Amino acid sequence: MELINQHTKNIMEGCKERARSAGLSFTDESLEYIVTNRDLLELSPKVMIPTLYDYWVHDVEVLREKGMYELYPHNPYETVINTRPPISFYNDNNPDWLNVMIFYHVLAHIDFFQNNLYFRHTWDYDFAGQALSDKRVIAKLRAEKGRWVDYVIEFARSIDNLVDFHGGLAELFIPHEAECSSRLNYYFDVFLQTEKKISISEYIKEINRYNDCLKAHGELAEKTFFRDAERRFPELEARFSRADEARPAKRRDLLRFLLDHSVFLAKDENVWMRSVLEIVRKTSVFFQPQIRTKIMNEGWASYWHEFLFLQDDRILGHEVDFARVHAAVTSLPRVGTNPYALGMRLFSHIEEQADKGRFSFAFQRLTDADGRKSFDTGVATGRDFIFAVRENLCDYLFLKTYLDQDFLDHYKLFVAGKRLDQQRMVWQYYVKSRKADDYLRMMLESLYHPPVITVDKTKGVQGSLYLVHTFEGKQLVREYIANTLMGIEFLWGGPVHLETTEARVAATPPAGWREVTQDGEITWQRVVYSMYEKVLSKKHV
Amino acid sequence: MRNELTKYLEALIAAGISPEHEARIRAELATVGQSHDLPFGNGVSGPSGGRRSFFDEGDLRVIQQAAPCHINAAVLAKSLDELLERDRQREKDGFPRKIQVGKLVKPGKGNKGKVVVVPATVEEKFIHDPTVRPSGEGGKSGGTGGSGDGEEGEVIGEQPVRGEAEQPGGTGPGQGEGENHELESTAYDLGKTLSEKFQLPNLKDKGKKRSFTRYTYDLTDKNRGFGQVLDKKATLRKIVETNIALGNLPDVSDIDPTRFLIAPHDKIYRVLSREKDYEPQAMLFFLRDYSGSMEGKATELVVSQHVLIYSWLLYQYAGQAETRFILHDTEAKEVPDFYTYYNSRVAGGTQVSTAFKLVNDIVKKENLAKDYNIYVFHGTDGDDWENGGMNALAEIRHMLGYASRVGVTIAAHSGQDGFMTTVARFLNSSELLKSKPDLIRMDIIQEDADEPRLIEGIRNLIS
Repeated sequence: MELINQHTKNIMEGCKERARSAGLSFTDESLEYIVTNRDLLELSPKVMIPTLYDYWVHDVEVLREKGMYELYPHNPYETVINTRPPISFYNDNNPDWLNVMIFYHVLAHIDFFQNNLYFRHTWDYDFAGQALSDKRVIAKLRAEKGRWVDYVIEFARSIDNLVDFHGGLAELFIPHEAECSSRLNYYFDVFLQTEKKISISEYIKEINRYNDCLKAHGELAEKTFFRDAERRFPELEARFSRADEARPAKRRDLLRFLLDHSVFLAKDENVWMRSVLEIVRKTSVFFQPQIRTKIMNEGWASYWHEFLFLQDDRILGHEVDFARVHAAVTSLPRVGTNPYALGMRLFSHIEEQADKGRFSFAFQRLTDADGRKSFDTGVATGRDFIFAVRENLCDYLFLKTYLDQDFLDHYKLFVAGKRLDQQRMVWQYYVKSRKADDYLRMMLESLYHPPVITVDKTKGVQGSLYLVHTFEGKQLVREYIANTLMGIEFLWGGPVHLETTEARVAATPPAGWREVTQDGEITWQRVVYSMYEKVLSKKHV
Repeated sequence: MRNELTKYLEALIAAGISPEHEARIRAELATVGQSHDLPFGNGVSGPSGGRRSFFDEGDLRVIQQAAPCHINAAVLAKSLDELLERDRQREKDGFPRKIQVGKLVKPGKGNKGKVVVVPATVEEKFIHDPTVRPSGEGGKSGGTGGSGDGEEGEVIGEQPVRGEAEQPGGTGPGQGEGENHELESTAYDLGKTLSEKFQLPNLKDKGKKRSFTRYTYDLTDKNRGFGQVLDKKATLRKIVETNIALGNLPDVSDIDPTRFLIAPHDKIYRVLSREKDYEPQAMLFFLRDYSGSMEGKATELVVSQHVLIYSWLLYQYAGQAETRFILHDTEAKEVPDFYTYYNSRVAGGTQVSTAFKLVNDIVKKENLAKDYNIYVFHGTDGDDWENGGMNALAEIRHMLGYASRVGVTIAAHSGQDGFMTTVARFLNSSELLKSKPDLIRMDIIQEDADEPRLIEGIRNLIS
């Protein structure tokens, strides 16, 4: 890996100036490296982070089985990585005009990384540097503990999709003064409303009383307030402590939960494992926003490389070359989904709509088709609008909010189906639906969505860990359950249970038939897997 | 076809079969209309449908056209020892093995059906399984994106289900002839690994048959007068001959060796010479049930095990193993390559005997028994429409007359006792397994069997 030469760097700096004046914002410094195939071979298993810790699985062909992206929520062929400064990778034989296009694409990615709020937690440190120090920690541990470090990495990675990315993000955005004590939250949110079921007027009276206390006593307000409240409800304290116990702090974050509560990891001889878990968790959380903004990120970058390239005076004469490459990247396939094409068009669509002032109540309540078609307030605020979209949304919200029938009709999008014509022995591709609802459902289905698995402290016997999988219409991949639970058992140091839902498959015809998986009636049932001393058992609930 | 099968089924019912058996047959009969052809796609299609997710697109690949780098098998071979050592250590530490040797990666469908065998692993996590969906919902969702003209319901394109010949476009550079070789060489390496690392037994020598242009050097030629080693017996014989001629041996009952004259020319020596060597050679028949009931895991297991067996025998016979692939449902047919063998779709009924009959026919027609060590491996889920297995057993008995080993793998469906399957029952009741254990073996695995279990199975089938 070597840096690009001064000539090319100069082109990059020119691109930065132009991108800045168009409104993109990013840090001044960036690093561009030339990579060879050999480099890629080393980089791609480490998801392009050159300093990522070593792990033997990185040297092995990883099976491309079902749910690849669910297992690995990051792409091994990304050009830019979200570090400080951002690092990007290039072929060494790119012509200058192509580099201009890629540079714009890269700068738009950097702008996205540094402004989209889902990346907020990655803004304050350099991941490459962090990864390097983590790599050293792991190398040092490996020298001391040998292969056990790899086991711990393996078990930690097996649950690294169960991190509470959104929860962690939420904490970053709650202003400090808006935080209430958990006692206060419980009193107003749960106790008064669901336990006592007091009337609204009484509830408001209580709130006023609290506000009065706040004014009169300042720091001591809460104490004073609860002294009176307890006089009225003597059982309050007992109820609160019981509720507090039942409510684990980090419900969705299994890795964090193990770090905080595992007795096994707290033992003196095992404390080192915590640093491994922390490293794996940190790495996972770092990559989480990337996969949740794939369509937006690529769409945003494609939108900008097109816009900026065509304005760039340095590339005159290469319009046709550009058109070829650009079309290859952003054409809508007849059948299939292209995140570059879809995202770019959706951004253009949003900009156009916003330019005409259509994200307004006046437009929404308009039912006349002609009126809708010609609706244009001439506000021309589209550019600002898409900057706000890139700042605040992720793929799910992006599609859910803006993918409408107008967009589908404009770009002639549809859901394609595939079926077998038995007479002629051909696969037929057909237009399955042109409804926005169906298209949206199809797109949302294909987005990254790890299972929701929470810790239930009230269930399971003493010393065991009881996990509950919230069923969302899909069962877990069964083959993976045993080894994953075994890893959790190791880290927890006691029996582990997993409550989940499974499809009951009829005994005859035998399992694995196409008929069963596709057309057969499926009945769901709740089951509990238990892992105790590396032996898996299952029982129905 | 359906009518014939229905008639056959009626005949079976008339002869008396159990209701469960009949239900199984009827379920399979329902799949008759489906084709046996290769699945559509670029060869990576699996149970997940094989569609590449859009999450797989990356800037380097899309914009800069960086070639996807697969980890090279040759590079891995170096670290294979280390990986397997690590795996053995895992077992000692009480964790299940994680390296899967012989897992098939099919990077694409060239003309030759490329199969690369590499060590692989998967990192297991709790993830959603997209393949199991209730029917109603599956109809609503599913599908993929698309764009362009066309009414709802309109067919916008067709793709022939059948093979390569009709597929437009040629093969890219670097594809073509070389690919078959790749399977063989990696399979050979795998076989070596299996023998050495998994301590599979070496094969007993079954005799030498056809010659190859391969030489060894041995002290086989004789020379008079000089040479490397004196052949005493031959020399003595020559001396006696000479002295009889000279008249130095008048009376056979009273020989006086001191009177013998020894001419230098009588000394017979052995000299080192080049010898043509004879290598044993194997013909492997792989038989597989591809009827309706085999779909899914059963096929996967059977074919994986067959790859392992092939690799191992290829190593044992120093590369001199030839393969034939036979698929059967109610009829058997030979297919040209492993790709077709592996990927052919499933449908229709099951008659095990047809496959064995086809093997017998091929052996007879091509007179293979004379020149080859013949191995027959049959993979099935244990289902057979023919209850008593009379025809199949007759064919197997005939086969045992020439085959070095017949191995039957039964991949029982989950919840089913493998020993209770039709094939297992008629093999057991025939006593063949007991009376000729060196010729025929049976291995029963459950549908959830893993790699080590498959390798263990090979031990059962071959040792």
